[in-house]
Amino acid sequence: MKRKEVEVLEDILGSNIRAAAELKRRFLDRGVLAVNLMSSPGAGKTTLLERLAERLSPRYRLAVIEGDIETERDAERIRAKGIPAWQIQTGGACHLEAKMIGRLFPELPAELDFLFIENVGNLVCPAGYDLGESLRCLLLSAPEGDDKPKKYPKAFRTAQCLILSKSDLLGLLPFDPERAKKEALEVNPDLEIFLVSPLTGAGLEDFIAYLLRQRQKLTGRHA
Amino acid sequence: MHELSLVAGLFEILEEKARQHGAAKIVSVKLRVGRLSGAVPELLVTAFDMYKKGTLAEEAVLETVTVPVRVHCRSCGAEFEVEDFVFHCSTCGATDLEILSGTDLFLDKIELETEDDPA
Repeated sequence: MKRKEVEVLEDILGSNIRAAAELKRRFLDRGVLAVNLMSSPGAGKTTLLERLAERLSPRYRLAVIEGDIETERDAERIRAKGIPAWQIQTGGACHLEAKMIGRLFPELPAELDFLFIENVGNLVCPAGYDLGESLRCLLLSAPEGDDKPKKYPKAFRTAQCLILSKSDLLGLLPFDPERAKKEALEVNPDLEIFLVSPLTGAGLEDFIAYLLRQRQKLTGRHA
Repeated sequence: MHELSLVAGLFEILEEKARQHGAAKIVSVKLRVGRLSGAVPELLVTAFDMYKKGTLAEEAVLETVTVPVRVHCRSCGAEFEVEDFVFHCSTCGATDLEILSGTDLFLDKIELETEDDPA
């Protein structure tokens, strides 16, 4: 037997990186803004999507992909708002991967303005997997505490926007939105930050205006 | 804990390399784990040891090297290691930083055992 050392220098996420790049190209070709929503469980992602469905549809064409370990519940909530929704049940996996989205791609409506992908509730694992999104949006809800950005740096570092969620609970909890903003901006100085109550819809206008600007950038660049 | 998924990706590369080099066995695997890669070295080793059973890497040892987050300041040109995940230049305070290393999970090198060439 002979031993030899082989230098490899490859990213072990390579297959996901390649699948995500291909998806991103396909989303851009269709002029659809793909948004990857990430947060801890229970931060208000699905409720935010319900509010967005009410405000954006039918003027804009929306579709939603829901990622959960089990159950069809979130997709059912979105469909009840008249929005096409697909549920990915990961069966234990703690995150979505690009190839899971790729498998669903042929089923998506051909004419689409926004695709929201609600990731599995988890601030750790989803952060490592690009889903071909143009926008990665993180939710941090008031009950979670304002000290989270430094605890989950990868999620905060890789996002483009942050929603401080459940603003309707401010004043009832020790959560300080200014402290949360300061921490988040230390980890990622380019973050766009919005204070929103998914429950009441308060603060949603600014976030919607941001989404529309991002979509315009995408289609403008592509025109 | 997504280290099993990460290790599955690692094994795709390992199998390909073993095939390319006609290896009978993989003896050691060296991974570079960025501080901002989102992976935990200890858990990678645990996942690797679970995954390797019944593969060419069954007896292989996974070695991990932690890579700090290093950045280059586009304003003043300073290069430094980011501490406590504060992405502000430690020299001039600017925030326009380019990350040089520490975000990736790289398979650095592997050691293989090949059959002797037939005489």
